[in-house]
Amino acid sequence: MSQPLIKKDDDRDEEAEYSPFTGIEKGAVLQEARVFNDPQLDPRRCSQVITKLLYLINQGETFTKVEATEVFFAVTKLFQSKDTGLRRMVYLMIKELSPSADEVIIVTSSLMKDMNSKSDMYRANAIRVLCRITDGTLLTQIERYLKQAIVDKNPVVASAALVSGVHLLQTNPEIVKRWSNEVQEAVQSRAALLQFHALALLHQIRQNDRLAVSKLVTSLTRGTVRSPLAQCLLIRYTSQVMRESSVNTQMGDRPFYDYLEGCLRHKAEMVIFEAARAITELSGVSSRELTPAITVLQLFLSSSKPVLRFAAVRTLNKVAMTRPLAVTNCNIDMESLMSDQNRSIATLAITTLLKTGNESSVDRLMKQITNFMSDIADEFKIVVVEAIRSLCLKFPLKYRSLMNFLSNILREEGGFEYKKSIVDSIVILIRDIPDAKESGLFHLCEFIEDCEFTYLSTQILHFLGNEGPKTPDPSKYIRYIYNRVILENATVRASAVSTLAKFGALVDSLKPCIFVLLRRCLFDNDDEVRDRATFYLNMIGSNDSVSETDNDVKEFLFGSLDVPLVNLETNLRSYAQEASEEPFNIASVPKEVKSQPLAEKKAPGKKPAGLGAPPSGPTSPVDAYEKMLSSIPEFTSFGKLFKSSAPTELTEAETEYAVNVVKHIYDGHVVFQFNCTNTIPEQLLENVTVFVDASEAEDFSEVASNPLRSLPYDSPGQTFVAFEKPEGVAAAGKFSNMLKFIVKEVDQATGEADEEGVEDEYQLEDVEVVAADYMLKVGVSNFKNAWESMGPDCEKVDEYGLGVRESLTEAVSAVINILGMQPCEGTEVVPSNSRSHTCLLSGLFIGNVKVLVRLSFGIDGPKQVAMKLAVRSEDEAVSDAIHDIVANG
Amino acid sequence: MESCPSIKNILLLDSEGKRVAVKYFSDDWPTLTAKSAFEKSVFTKTQKTNARTEAEIVMFDSYIVVYKFIQDLHFFVTGGDDENELILATVLQGFFDAVGLLLRSNVDKTTALENLDLILLCLDEIVDGGIVLETDASIIAGKVAMHGTDGSASLSEQTITQALATAREHLARSLLK
Repeated sequence: MSQPLIKKDDDRDEEAEYSPFTGIEKGAVLQEARVFNDPQLDPRRCSQVITKLLYLINQGETFTKVEATEVFFAVTKLFQSKDTGLRRMVYLMIKELSPSADEVIIVTSSLMKDMNSKSDMYRANAIRVLCRITDGTLLTQIERYLKQAIVDKNPVVASAALVSGVHLLQTNPEIVKRWSNEVQEAVQSRAALLQFHALALLHQIRQNDRLAVSKLVTSLTRGTVRSPLAQCLLIRYTSQVMRESSVNTQMGDRPFYDYLEGCLRHKAEMVIFEAARAITELSGVSSRELTPAITVLQLFLSSSKPVLRFAAVRTLNKVAMTRPLAVTNCNIDMESLMSDQNRSIATLAITTLLKTGNESSVDRLMKQITNFMSDIADEFKIVVVEAIRSLCLKFPLKYRSLMNFLSNILREEGGFEYKKSIVDSIVILIRDIPDAKESGLFHLCEFIEDCEFTYLSTQILHFLGNEGPKTPDPSKYIRYIYNRVILENATVRASAVSTLAKFGALVDSLKPCIFVLLRRCLFDNDDEVRDRATFYLNMIGSNDSVSETDNDVKEFLFGSLDVPLVNLETNLRSYAQEASEEPFNIASVPKEVKSQPLAEKKAPGKKPAGLGAPPSGPTSPVDAYEKMLSSIPEFTSFGKLFKSSAPTELTEAETEYAVNVVKHIYDGHVVFQFNCTNTIPEQLLENVTVFVDASEAEDFSEVASNPLRSLPYDSPGQTFVAFEKPEGVAAAGKFSNMLKFIVKEVDQATGEADEEGVEDEYQLEDVEVVAADYMLKVGVSNFKNAWESMGPDCEKVDEYGLGVRESLTEAVSAVINILGMQPCEGTEVVPSNSRSHTCLLSGLFIGNVKVLVRLSFGIDGPKQVAMKLAVRSEDEAVSDAIHDIVANG
Repeated sequence: MESCPSIKNILLLDSEGKRVAVKYFSDDWPTLTAKSAFEKSVFTKTQKTNARTEAEIVMFDSYIVVYKFIQDLHFFVTGGDDENELILATVLQGFFDAVGLLLRSNVDKTTALENLDLILLCLDEIVDGGIVLETDASIIAGKVAMHGTDGSASLSEQTITQALATAREHLARSLLK
């Protein structure tokens, strides 16, 4: 008996799938919309039709221009009906249709009537609709009503006007700014959300006036802000004011900090969290200030609400990036979150632990992570891999267990992005930790044995070709590489052939075997593979006694293309289209890098990406710079580029011309590269130069400058100025700069520039060359070994008083910045509350002199900081120079 | 950070990831294809999780999505990656509870579609152009419910205050159920 009953239920379930919109069709609904024109309106029917229309729009259906206009006109007829429900649907429909300007006029009078109606609900909605669809001219007509609405006694009406004001401020700022008195009044309102909306609008009106914002914040933080949302907003504005004022009065006290701290005791979690987050993001926040914020976040970690746990762990994770020690107290809670149901939370917990963990906990953590890896998604795995990479760079001595972990997960299942991030990590570890090289290369070799991604195989083969021959026993890699020639697809085979050739060119003892292998490739069934094999055989085999060809071979195999690939590609494309008889000439490809600043923007702060671009592409910003500079004839005689600085902006944001400078340091020269962008569409700049006044830099004399011929709108270009300075000396100086150019008007319609131009100039900010510019950040894997092997021959020790400092952390980072050296073994982080600290730095000084520095800091009661500086280097003069830098800094 | 908290979109999908009602407030997804792709990935990333008792959260592609499920309906609220998660969760809760009040606790796909006008009005009352208008579910539902769909044409003849009172009564009753 029970059987048929269940069946009946099933049937009904299917029935339940029926939706009122099944089989709905646009044409039919548009037909139905004719009821809007009936003389006797049926509100219910009309509402239904509008709902159907909205359903269609919601499902992604679009109306043609004609259809939309027809519907719009029909809908306007519905204003005749007095039915409230129908009117609400009409409002919605008008917003969805976003009518054109001439259509807006039709509904304006109806909406204005509603704005002045007795019903608050009509008024609130009519304001929102009208402001949504209106344009500037109409706004002046309704402005009076809007101002009134802002101070209306009904909070819903006032909120509608205020929120509309926030939107209108984007398009008609000058009108909305006139309302600030009314908005000010609304801020004092007792209605919770109204206060929030008023505050948002008031702040936006005044956002460019720092003083006014500061006053606003000061008065409100003393008063009572009711709604949690408004409180959150006030916290954001407060931290903004704090950030801006701290720039001016560097070590000033924090009058607003107490307010933020007070918010940590608010009853709404939203506010507590916003305040805690704001405190953790304060610049230069002290440990004492940080502690209460960390404490509330720690409480959130054990909340039953996933959202709260997530918010807390994410914020702590960010804190751990810069101040791992502040978060260590939460480690126990974090460890329990590793098994959280929500994988986002678990991943954040793990990566936080990886940052806060100390050297001794690494092994235990790795064990837990291994269990955890199998059941998270690829994108989380990538996060973990990246955290492990930075952990390994922090604790180089632990490379063995971390490298093992990476190789284990490399063998498991995973998508391309995941595998790529693992391979990239291994490559970076090989580069930065010399001890890890052999095992890393070996793991990569094993990986390509069974790698399904052609891209990764070719990249690894390329990398093997560059690194493998330099290892003590290169022959053991040959087997792996040649296996690729036998087993893989043509692309991988071709790159394996190139890799073999690199081994042949660099390792003489392997040459005969490589010949044999390459000859076998001559019978490959792919022509690219055959061509490469033939080519390399001739090249390496041609004449091994003459060293000059040997150099050529190496240059060809390992050197990089001296033209930007983008330019080469465009030139080749146009060449292919022309179908000319002449052979393509690579010398005709322009060497100026057009898109440089764009690429830089993506790069800052990041390590050079693992495998880098394809073989001939630039592998790091420095390589790219070097190539670009060497392509400029005036600079070729300067020798090898020692260091390029990060770009420094020389103009304020949003000025007519944006200029930043990159300092390139050579042994006896300094080149300023000015990256210029013209942000005015109506102008074309020609003959752009930067006039550099070196009168405040005695050791420097200008030797060459390379003007930029033309600088069209929004297409960045570079101009260079080169200075000579005493060889190998860390000369410092200050330069003032003036941008000079000829400006030509551009006709917007035709895009053509006027014949006649006017000379003009533009003042830029000063550039300074400081001692840190001559120091390259180079880490060492084991500082103690390096320090001892350097020996005390050239050691210089001295003590310095650093005066009153905010904290040890601040003193340590100041000295690191002055020296521009790489902190080793995570010693740049000062444990909270410690009275003394030792920081280890390493670097490469100009002239390729290795420098190691050991800094011992101590702080006493009144925050007097003393420092002992011990320098070891390969050259006594350099050791002295380091002391000079600190003494003068 | 200095800006007002902003909501990028609110989605109401069914148990297969199909749209019931959606509202986008940001230009991050300019085309229908981009929108559908986003909805699809949100749905697939969350469908296996259990978000029935407490709101859950997920972060991907530098968006934060908070979500909650009931019957065959999936509620989502999306914000940028520097948004306060708890604000998003409050908006979600407001939407979720308001729909519960409006549908008299019969929250499932069929009822939602039958009362789509209420759902759409509800979305309209929660967020305007990305700015949070109201988060209190009973106020939201109160604003929406003052239009009587169930043929109570008499509503239009009542004054608004009366209508509001009846609506509140309805709500109170449905709350007590």
